[in-house]
Amino acid sequence: MSEQKSSTMQRLLLLIPMVLAFGLGLFLYQGLGKDPNKLESSLLGQQLPVFIGESLNAPIKAIATDDILGTPSLINVWATWCPTCKAEHAFLNQLVASEGVRIIGVNYHDQREPAQQWLAKLGDPYEFSIYDPKGQLGIELGVVGAPETYLVGADGIIVDKITGELNERTWAQLKPQYDELMAQAN
Amino acid sequence: MIPEIGHLALILALCLSVALGVLPMLGTYTGQARLIMAARPLAIGQGVFLSISYICLTLAFVYDDFTVQYVASNSNSALPVQYKISAVWGSHEGSLLLWVLMLSWWIMAVSQFAKSLPPIMLARVLSVMGLIAIGFMLFTLLTSNPFWRYLPEGASEGADLNPLLQDFGLIVHPPTLYMGYVGLSVAFAFAIAALLDGKIDAAWLRWSRPWTLVAWGFLTLGIVLGSWWAYYELGWGGWWFWDPVENASFMPWLVATALIHSLAVSEKRGLFKNWTILLAILAFSLSLLGTFLVRSGVLTSVHAFAADPERGFFVLVLLALTVGGSLLLYALRATTVASRTVYSFWSRETFLLGNNVLLVIAAIVVLLGTLYPLLLDAFGGGKVSVGPPYFNAVFVPLMVLLIIALGIGLLAKWKSIETNELTQLLRSPLLVALVLGVSFPFAYAGEFNASTALAAALMVWLIMTTWTDLKRRIRHQGWQRGLRQLNPGYYGMMLAHLGIGVSVMGIAVVSHYEANHDIRMAPGETLQIEQYAFTFEGTRDITGPNYVSVQGVVKVDEDGEFYTYLHPEKRTYNARNQMMTEAAIDPALGRDIYIAMGEPLEQGAWAMRIHFKPMVRWIWLGGVMMSIGAGLAVWDKRYRRRRPAKTSAA
Amino acid sequence: MHTYLKALLTAITLVLSSGVMAAIETYQFATPEMAERFADLTVELRCPKCQNQNLSDSDSIISKDLRRQVKTMVDAGKSDDEIRTFMVQRYGDFILYDPPFKAQTLVLWLAPGVLVVIGLLVVVKVRRSKPAAPVALNEEEQAQLDELIKQKKENP
Repeated sequence: MSEQKSSTMQRLLLLIPMVLAFGLGLFLYQGLGKDPNKLESSLLGQQLPVFIGESLNAPIKAIATDDILGTPSLINVWATWCPTCKAEHAFLNQLVASEGVRIIGVNYHDQREPAQQWLAKLGDPYEFSIYDPKGQLGIELGVVGAPETYLVGADGIIVDKITGELNERTWAQLKPQYDELMAQAN
Repeated sequence: MIPEIGHLALILALCLSVALGVLPMLGTYTGQARLIMAARPLAIGQGVFLSISYICLTLAFVYDDFTVQYVASNSNSALPVQYKISAVWGSHEGSLLLWVLMLSWWIMAVSQFAKSLPPIMLARVLSVMGLIAIGFMLFTLLTSNPFWRYLPEGASEGADLNPLLQDFGLIVHPPTLYMGYVGLSVAFAFAIAALLDGKIDAAWLRWSRPWTLVAWGFLTLGIVLGSWWAYYELGWGGWWFWDPVENASFMPWLVATALIHSLAVSEKRGLFKNWTILLAILAFSLSLLGTFLVRSGVLTSVHAFAADPERGFFVLVLLALTVGGSLLLYALRATTVASRTVYSFWSRETFLLGNNVLLVIAAIVVLLGTLYPLLLDAFGGGKVSVGPPYFNAVFVPLMVLLIIALGIGLLAKWKSIETNELTQLLRSPLLVALVLGVSFPFAYAGEFNASTALAAALMVWLIMTTWTDLKRRIRHQGWQRGLRQLNPGYYGMMLAHLGIGVSVMGIAVVSHYEANHDIRMAPGETLQIEQYAFTFEGTRDITGPNYVSVQGVVKVDEDGEFYTYLHPEKRTYNARNQMMTEAAIDPALGRDIYIAMGEPLEQGAWAMRIHFKPMVRWIWLGGVMMSIGAGLAVWDKRYRRRRPAKTSAA
Repeated sequence: MHTYLKALLTAITLVLSSGVMAAIETYQFATPEMAERFADLTVELRCPKCQNQNLSDSDSIISKDLRRQVKTMVDAGKSDDEIRTFMVQRYGDFILYDPPFKAQTLVLWLAPGVLVVIGLLVVVKVRRSKPAAPVALNEEEQAQLDELIKQKKENP
């Protein structure tokens, strides 16, 4: 009797590897198709960092955190060397034209001349762009590369962030939050 | 035309594999001898067709057939021919075909060299391997077919092979590693056949051992080659990054190491048979898991193939069927009868079991560390990275325990040993290890350092315990006769164990004493490191077959005397306009000098990286020793006997 | 369409290609200790953009920036912990190759020790349980055992 019992017990023990393997399999299954490199900003829910920067268009003009506050805005990190930035540029223009969204640019690791030409040629969706040739502001914001777009409330709280191209699909993620911020601000 | 022949041959190989996977297996249950006997010809058949398929793809590369998509994206007419041949496995599709090719060669080898197996056993082993082949051939044909063409018009020129891969390392590393990965399928197939048979006897264990040893030897060598390649090619001078892809090869290695030891205990003492079967299943499962991790994109790695969730899903299904199926079979058929063999705590059995447990824990820890970021993210715990600091912190203590247990196990006897006798035997190795270990850092660098002292002590411990065991074995015959009488398996074991010590030593010394200097060097400037003076004499332009290069000229003096010139390069590959750093290395057993060029600075100056890496070669030397040890063990005449043992030819 | 694709591919390769070069900078430090701290920190911090590379090995823009940041902070006399905290505030725990010990990493850090304890128990237990549970062998198993014993005698 007890012998049989211990034998059943052992049979059950022998099942453990299979159970573990299936658990691992299910877990790997849900991991498929996710981007393991996708990084959430750790500044979400926090205040914009305090900074003083230089305007892209007017070299002498200093820009500080206060210049961004007051209205819910998008902060878009861009550069002329970045192909995805070019791909999303038309969408940014359209966003300003059709929805009146306020966009502030961060010209990231770029040169002033070509950046100004680029805006002249492709249109300038930005209320102003901050010139950040050494990526100093980038580090403060936790930027990993261009393009990135931050949604910031009127109070300067970072609400959300899109890494990569801003387009119809990714804007759909930001829009409800943006609308809510606008409603609050008014 | 040739690619179509290759494509067709692959399909035919698949058909034959289906036959191989089904018919002989069926025959073993219905008792139809003809079906059972069909196993060997089918095994040969699928191997021949797969080889044809593979040769066709190689020919497409050699003849620059850029109408084939895979060739167009991984080759170029200016690519030197040896790289055209190895470019076949330079990317996902072709490397998968290489994987399958290795599998079919292993199948052929089993069908040829295992003639002494009982026919039913052989039929089942080959059938199981045939089933695995079906899965991977389908994977190749359905998701990763290397024979697709651009039609009606092809590309006029190929995009070229990734410059990182245009190297000797690509020629040797993947085939060796895959031989090991796939070779574990033999032990797996043996295990499944034994479970189906319901009997795990000494004969089975004896058949299974040499195959496992060969696979393990290849796996070891493959990992060593990979490490060495990354070291000289990536330009960072690192030799192990605990990257997911590296871990993917390391986990099956750890379990396979446990397996070869467990096989030994099971064969000699009839113990731990369930455990041995489980290890055989796990080792191959982990090698499949590695395939999944490398090709699915669930993890980020420096070495991974382009991520493709669809392919990942396919491998996952294969994994579920193979691993799930075999573990279910294990749960149903493994014996629940406890072995009656008795051994005391102070015995070789205990320490070999301890070694097994530690190796498996090490594998689990590597798996946990590799998958933890994924795990945490799945439960919404945020993003973390698990890197070298974690792995080193948990792995080093495990390895220290393992090596200590190894020495004790070596000197303990089977069944039981008097504690007096054991302490007697262990006393002098322990003493010598402690004394030499502590004095090593003083002798080497003039001051104490814990990590290198520990490594030196462990190495001495391994040498001394091995030596004591050897002395004990030949004490009755005298040296000459005694040494001749020991079998190759014993020498293999000795060599492999000493190899561990050599690797450990290399790892500790290079990690602690290496010197890295990133400096600006203008022509004529000199940097002194240890006894070497490095003088940058300037650069010259060089044109290679498919690249242009700026080559630095660095004169090295040793103790004021001219020693050698080193020529690091900065290459730009034409087809992809891609920059590559080619480090210049002066290798020696005691130290490597490693120079890489960074970027040009003003006035002809360059950013240079000069590394001084003491004993880095020992890491790979130890690995090579382990691999040769496996080869020696296979040479043991017990495995070459046509009929292993009269009693066991059931 | 085709040319567009090609341009895109070229762009991608260009971006990727920046990663394969060794990143070599010629920073000067006031003391060798500071140089060593810089070297250690840049190996221990992960490039947030790359495919599993540390700051020291990576040649991406962000790694260059972050190396400069580390250098500046080391020069300014900041401690290693202050530098790590600065990085974590901006890039999260992801940037640390040495995962911090906290609730989320409890399993990661404790598992090895727990496993070793379980493993040692198994090694001891497996042996002790044997003599306590003598099981009668059936014929086949008895034959198997005899065979083993015989083999052992023939082949010591």
